[in-house]
Amino acid sequence: MADRMLRRYEDRDRMNHWFIALMFVLAGLSGLAFFHPSLFFLTNLFGGGPWTRILHPVLGLLMVVAFAVLFVRLWRDNRITDADRVWRKHMGALLRGDKAGLPPVGKYNYGQKLTFWAMAASLVVLLVTGVMFWRPWFAGYFPVDLLRAAVLLHALSAVVLILATIVHVYAAIWVKGTVRAMTRGTVSEGWAKVNHPLWHREMTKER
Amino acid sequence: MASLQSLDVVARSATTTTSPSVRQTPELAKLIDESKCIGCKACQVACMSWNDLRDEVGTNIGVYDNPSDLTPSSWTVMKFFEVEPTKGKLEWLIRKDGCMHCEDPGCLKACPSPGAIVKYANGIVDFISENCIGCGYCVKGCPFDVPRISEKDNKAYKCTLCSDRVAVGLEPACVKTCPTGAISFGTKADMVSYGEKRAGELRERGFQGAGLYNPKGVGGTHVMYVMKHADQTTLVDLPQEPTVSPMVSLWKGVAKPLAVAGMLGAVVAGFFHYMKVGPIEEKSGEKEDA
Repeated sequence: MADRMLRRYEDRDRMNHWFIALMFVLAGLSGLAFFHPSLFFLTNLFGGGPWTRILHPVLGLLMVVAFAVLFVRLWRDNRITDADRVWRKHMGALLRGDKAGLPPVGKYNYGQKLTFWAMAASLVVLLVTGVMFWRPWFAGYFPVDLLRAAVLLHALSAVVLILATIVHVYAAIWVKGTVRAMTRGTVSEGWAKVNHPLWHREMTKER
Repeated sequence: MASLQSLDVVARSATTTTSPSVRQTPELAKLIDESKCIGCKACQVACMSWNDLRDEVGTNIGVYDNPSDLTPSSWTVMKFFEVEPTKGKLEWLIRKDGCMHCEDPGCLKACPSPGAIVKYANGIVDFISENCIGCGYCVKGCPFDVPRISEKDNKAYKCTLCSDRVAVGLEPACVKTCPTGAISFGTKADMVSYGEKRAGELRERGFQGAGLYNPKGVGGTHVMYVMKHADQTTLVDLPQEPTVSPMVSLWKGVAKPLAVAGMLGAVVAGFFHYMKVGPIEEKSGEKEDA
C-alpha cells in the first residue's frame, strides 16, 4: 500500500488557508513594528510609520474575515472530546518522542484543536479591541480608559496568536508528511494511519 | 527643529538607549497662579499668534469656555468653573488648561514612533510632528487628556511650552502676554519656592486648602498651578493624584520585552526540540501492515 493518497482539504480551504497565512505575516509584521522599539524598522517594509499605521488594520481585518470562513468550515471537527483529555496526559511524552499510549486520534488531535481555538479566540479579541482604537474612524467613540485596556489586550492577544502560529508551523514541520495536506490537499495513507487512525478508518471504510 | 536641539534631548520616544545627555541645562517651569487669573484669555490669543494657529469658529455652549475644549489648533484653553467648595459659598474658578510637561511623560512612554515625542533637558515635552504616525497612543498615555489629533493631517498636537522661544532665551508667549502676572516662568526651583510662597499667602487669607500643584505621581510637572483648593483639584477638572495609567505602564513596561523574548524563545525552543527529538515520520515505530 505504498502511496495511496487521502484528500484532507478541498482546494478552496487550502487557498483560504494560504490567504490567511499571507495576511497573518503582513498584519503581524506591521503590528510588531509598533510592538517594541527594536522592531520599528519593520515599518520600512510598508512605506514608513504612517503607512504602516494605515495598512495594519486593513490587513488584520482581511485576516479575520478569511479566518471566519475557515472557522465555519472546521469548527465541528475541533470540538474537544473525552479522548482529547486522555491525549493531553500523553502530550509530555509525545514531545519527548514517545508515542506509546496515545489514544487514537480523529481528524484533529488535541494539540491541533487547542491551536485552533487559541487562534480563533485571539482573533476575536484582536478584532474587537483593534476596531476600538482604529484611528481616525472609531477611537473617538470610546472613553480613554477603555482604550488603554484595549491596546493592552490587543498586544496580549497578538502574542497569543503568534505563539499559537509558531506551534502550528513547527508541528507541521515536525510531523513529516503534514505540509502536503495544505500544499497539495492530500496526505499519504501511512501518514493518516500513524497520526490520525480514526480519521483514516473513516476515510477508507466506504471503499 | 529636532536636529538643532538634539543635544538637549534627555528622553526620546520608542528609544531604548540613552539620549545625548552631556549638556547641563537648568530645569524650567511655568507657574500659573489661579488666584491672579481674571480669565481674559489673552494667553489663548498669544498662543494662537505665536504658533500661527487659527481654530475653526465653533459654537457657544452657554459658558465662557471658548473653544469648549483643547483642539489640535487650540493648545491652551481657559476653563471656567462655578463651584461650591464649601456649601453655600459660590466660587468662580478659572484654570488655563494645556500640557503639564510631566517629568515622567505618559505620552512619551506610550509613543511607538522613535523620536516623535522628546523631553528636553529643560523639562519641556515636545511633539516632533514629522515623526508622528497618528496612532493616538499618546492620548492613551496622557493622564491629563491633553494631546489632540488633527483630522487634517493625523498628527498629534499640544502646547510646546514655546520650546522654540525658550530655546533662544525668551519666555513662552502666554507668559509674556498675561496682564495680571498670573503666569510666571523661570527655573523649576524658583517657581516651586515662589508657588509655595503664594500658596502660603492664600492660606493666610483663609483658603486652608491652598497649595502648589506639582503632582508627584508623574514625577512633578513643568507647568504648575497655585490653587486656592489644592485639596480639591477635581473642582477644576484636574486629577488629584495623576499617574500614568498602570495599564499603559504594563503595556509599555515589562510586558513587551518579555513577550518579544517569549516569541523568540518559542522559535529557538522549536529548533532545539527538532534537533534533539527529531521528526515524527510515517514509519517510525509503526509496523507497516497491509
